Amino acid sequence: METIQQDIPQTKADDEEVNNFLSGERPAVTQAVLYLDGVSVSFDGFKAIRNLSLYLEPGEMRAIIGPNGAGKTTMMDIITGKTRPDEGEVLFDHGRHDLTQLDETAIANLGIGRKFQKPTVFESHTVADNILLALKGPRGPFACLYGWRNNVPAEKIDEILTTTGLLEHRNRMAGEISHGQKQWLEIGMLLAQDPAVLLVDEPVAGMTDAETVQTADLLRSIARNHAVVVVEHDMDFVRALNCKVTCLHEGSVLAEGPLDAVAGDQRVIEVYLGR
Amino acid sequence: MITKYLISRHDKAGIVFLTIVGLMAVLAPLSNLLLPESSPLHVPTYVLALLGKYLCYATLAVALDLVWGYCGILSLGHGAFFALGGYAMGMYLMRQIGTRGVYGNPVLPDFMVFLNWKELPWFWYGFDMFPFSLLMMVAVPGLLAFVFGWLAFRSRVTGVYLSIITQALTYALLLAFFRNDMGFGGNNGLTDFKDILGFNIQADGTRATLFFLSAILLIAVYLISRWIVHTSYGKVLVAVRDAEARARFLGYRTEHYKLFVFTVSAMMAGLAGALYVPQVGIINPSEFAPANSIEAVVWVAVGGRGTLVGAALGAFAVNFMKTFFTTGALAAYWLFLLGGLFILVTLVMPKGILGLFGSMSAKLRKPGSSQPAALQPAE
Amino acid sequence: MTAAPAIPRTTISRIVKSLVLTMLLATGLTLSTATTRAQAPDVDISAALERFSRESLSQTRQAVTSIAESGAPQAQPLLSALLNNRLRFDPATKKVYYRSTGDKWFDAATGKTVAQVPEKLERVRINNRLRVQINQALGTLSLRAPDPKTRIAAAETIFKSKSADALANIDAAIKLERDDAVRSKFEQARAAIIVSREQSTPDERSKAIRTLGGRGDQAAIAALRSLPASADARSKEQAATAIKSIEERLALLAHAQNVWYGLSLGSVLLLAAIGLAITFGVMGVINMAHGEMVMLGAYTTFLVQEGFRALAPGMLDWSLPVALPLAFLVTALVGVAIERGIIRFLYGRPLETLLATWGVSLILQQAIRTMFGPTNQEVSAPSYMSGAFDFMGLSITYGRLWIIVFTLLLFFALLLSIRFTRLGLYMRAVTQNRRMAAAMGIRTPWIDAMTFGLGSGLAGLAGVALSQIDNVSPNLGQNYIIDSFMVVVFGGVGNLWGTLVSAMTLGIANKFLEPFAGAVLAKILILVLLILFIQKRPRGLFALRGRAVEA
Repeated sequence: METIQQDIPQTKADDEEVNNFLSGERPAVTQAVLYLDGVSVSFDGFKAIRNLSLYLEPGEMRAIIGPNGAGKTTMMDIITGKTRPDEGEVLFDHGRHDLTQLDETAIANLGIGRKFQKPTVFESHTVADNILLALKGPRGPFACLYGWRNNVPAEKIDEILTTTGLLEHRNRMAGEISHGQKQWLEIGMLLAQDPAVLLVDEPVAGMTDAETVQTADLLRSIARNHAVVVVEHDMDFVRALNCKVTCLHEGSVLAEGPLDAVAGDQRVIEVYLGR
Repeated sequence: MITKYLISRHDKAGIVFLTIVGLMAVLAPLSNLLLPESSPLHVPTYVLALLGKYLCYATLAVALDLVWGYCGILSLGHGAFFALGGYAMGMYLMRQIGTRGVYGNPVLPDFMVFLNWKELPWFWYGFDMFPFSLLMMVAVPGLLAFVFGWLAFRSRVTGVYLSIITQALTYALLLAFFRNDMGFGGNNGLTDFKDILGFNIQADGTRATLFFLSAILLIAVYLISRWIVHTSYGKVLVAVRDAEARARFLGYRTEHYKLFVFTVSAMMAGLAGALYVPQVGIINPSEFAPANSIEAVVWVAVGGRGTLVGAALGAFAVNFMKTFFTTGALAAYWLFLLGGLFILVTLVMPKGILGLFGSMSAKLRKPGSSQPAALQPAE
Repeated sequence: MTAAPAIPRTTISRIVKSLVLTMLLATGLTLSTATTRAQAPDVDISAALERFSRESLSQTRQAVTSIAESGAPQAQPLLSALLNNRLRFDPATKKVYYRSTGDKWFDAATGKTVAQVPEKLERVRINNRLRVQINQALGTLSLRAPDPKTRIAAAETIFKSKSADALANIDAAIKLERDDAVRSKFEQARAAIIVSREQSTPDERSKAIRTLGGRGDQAAIAALRSLPASADARSKEQAATAIKSIEERLALLAHAQNVWYGLSLGSVLLLAAIGLAITFGVMGVINMAHGEMVMLGAYTTFLVQEGFRALAPGMLDWSLPVALPLAFLVTALVGVAIERGIIRFLYGRPLETLLATWGVSLILQQAIRTMFGPTNQEVSAPSYMSGAFDFMGLSITYGRLWIIVFTLLLFFALLLSIRFTRLGLYMRAVTQNRRMAAAMGIRTPWIDAMTFGLGSGLAGLAGVALSQIDNVSPNLGQNYIIDSFMVVVFGGVGNLWGTLVSAMTLGIANKFLEPFAGAVLAKILILVLLILFIQKRPRGLFALRGRAVEA
């Protein structure tokens, strides 16, 4: 398709429009892989998010910090389709998809993966089966009934388990492994999903220092070929990530920039970091 | 692939179960037909009828376990699918009576003549043909489950809300089928059947065949269910049961998964009901009673949910108890026992009989380990 | 959503009306005979009575006329005795006697009972023409009866017959009448005669049509329709307009009656659901034995009433007020026992709770069946709950009225107690944040038990009220459980106001569907609509929204 379009430049725009129409996509309008603009949502009069804007470049890693109730998790809910914003734009893949019109499943299948604040794995499945279910591939009922997911080579799963250090636990029930291991399993599931954007909510809560360091390494390596958004309170961990930081407060962006700049911001110190 | 599955990977409980039901399917009818009544091994006709009934109940229980045990959909309306299948069979059997009814009308069943109806209602058309009736036994419960499930799962009605509206569904059907205007015989339902596919429904040979078919149906339903839960599909079902939102965030369209399994389960229940009716000789609206559906849930719970074999085992155990208690002087105590069973099974043995066996044998093998091998839905 | 009679409303009201009329007539007649007996005759009718003994129909006719005009108190029973062949005369003494319906003999001249009548008595014969005359005379007599109810009944009889012969009598009666209510009835009766009479003048008619229009019921329409074909065009037009306005009023009335029945059904639903709104709505416990709590409340009422019957039959009316606290106590205790014994082990496992409480419901049903038998128990209505009254054309029974009042009182008492009592405060604290509440020193298990006890107690109170309108049998609860859950879910779980609105909406919707669909189909339709509604808004009419809800 690409070559044809290059050959006949005058029809390229038309072609794209037709293609976009057929696939339900919109034309690319932004450089950002994830684009939030003027987003607001309120619950029973309480404004959880107010006029929030956030742009994420492809392959960028971003840390989100902010006090409790700043709207960090709600922001992730909006991106992943769990919560519909009252107003504002939420666009994905250079603006080709309007996420406010899609549900969780559709958004996940577009390539946005999420790790929850409280580690959520399928506890009555084995660690390996958790990865199997997460693996990128067709997810329709019939694909699962007699399709390729029944014939996934073990190596593919083991590769991810090796990356996340869970290989020796592959046949244990996910409900039996430790809290930190569950965190890793969930990150492993994200890896298996291979999404364009990973949303990671408090990945090191309840981890030892050593585990925290390992997790930071893991996320940095993931960030080499994925866009990653990390919500975290642990400032050492955020420092270890070594990326752009956004501080949220009362549902909107308070400060944004390199960690040192944000951490030095008077208002951030005021509402979040403390003196 | 299915054949590959059939010859592989069966756990001990499954093999024991298949062997017992298989032997029952062959030996019980043969003993009833061939052995003299004086023989100690002779299975009397009434026992055969009773066991046939249990087989249908067990099939219903397996179908229910598929949605409840594996997918977490506690349907309190599975009795409705069972009854609808039963009514489809009942309508076929009514049309087979022909002129042998009390009023001798060649087309209209007795109750329609009695109600002064002049014509057969449109929805009775085609039930004089067995293939069409057979289709309806599966299609009607399936279609109802599909439409109901499509609405419910799409709008994410889950948990107890779903249970309550499934109960309301069967309750609404109960009220509807009680009405004479519905054209299903009202209060009295459909009965006085004469023959099925040309065979006298009372004849020992027919009964034995129906029994055999019930056992085969149970085996088939078990194998299909087992196949479903052992594929990745089954893994997704369990994932939906334990953390539906998570499955959705992984990109699974969980409502489609639920809808498919709910519909399949309803079809199985419908077939069980269809085989039930010729063996008990009647189908009436009381089959829709919400209490019946809940009772089916307790069979599954007693046997051990999420095990399939346990569901069938529970259906046999509870119904055996029911027969034992309600036919003797202990009849007044049956509801106490049944009620107690509900409480016992939820408080003390949430994994049912099979769970007890599982943990006992696990303890015997390696003391200290609490891994109930037989219990896990998907190995 | 309980089953209600599928008879069309108009038929019912017609039957009720005719029943009421018959009752009024009956009481009126007995009352008038009673007064007759009490008073000494101050009018001498012996001359007229003498004519009866002449065995001539024309003499009898004259006798009837003069007796009717005499105003003698015994004239009414005397003439009705004549009409029913119970008037005798002694050929020897020419004395006249009549026999009452109670087989007592009276002296026609004095109106006093006589212990012994002469053996040889002759019957006073009448023919059809006389019967007509006696009937009219009786109607006229009742117009002057001492009891206003009798007078009204007489006026109604004339209203229906529209007999022109009664015109003079009714004119006279209007002049004498002092009671405004009765006089307006007389005028309506007169108007009916005027309208239907051929020879009325247009002016008379026009006034009469206005009077009938003011009456505004089905009978008035019938009277207006009796306008003769020969009537003038203006009157015809007026009558048509009046009929139309009456019909509109009646249609409105029918809607109002439906709303009333709907409110009444709604309050029954609310009663059944109000306890569930606490246990399911606030605590999130699926209590399938909720219906059995209602049943226990009803059986408590039955036992209390039996106690009163045995010990203090004169105070039977007090059994309901006494049953209320007792029922609350009994069911609350049973509820606390269930919570402590079973439910507390199952928190966070709603499906298991559902199954376990279903087991409890089976046991409770069977226990009651074993103790009291499977049949319905008789719970009688106290005097203040029986009867009905007319409110702007609506017939309102005291039973329904009491239940609505009781339900609303209960609802608001509950609302206030959750809002303002300490238990209410703790309850809200525990449901909002259990761990925080526990950290603040609230004994959460105790609050759980109390809350469940409260919900069960409310079900028991509902049982007391429902014992008045439903059969008290072991299956009582089963009839309400699905409806109650539907009400709570439809209203929005955890929202008491939602439960109120939902119960009333469902009640009224049901009653408005009934005339078109019949009771059973209406109920099925409501169930189907509810199922569809829950698909649309899984969290009910008044759902809470936000992140916390999902968790």
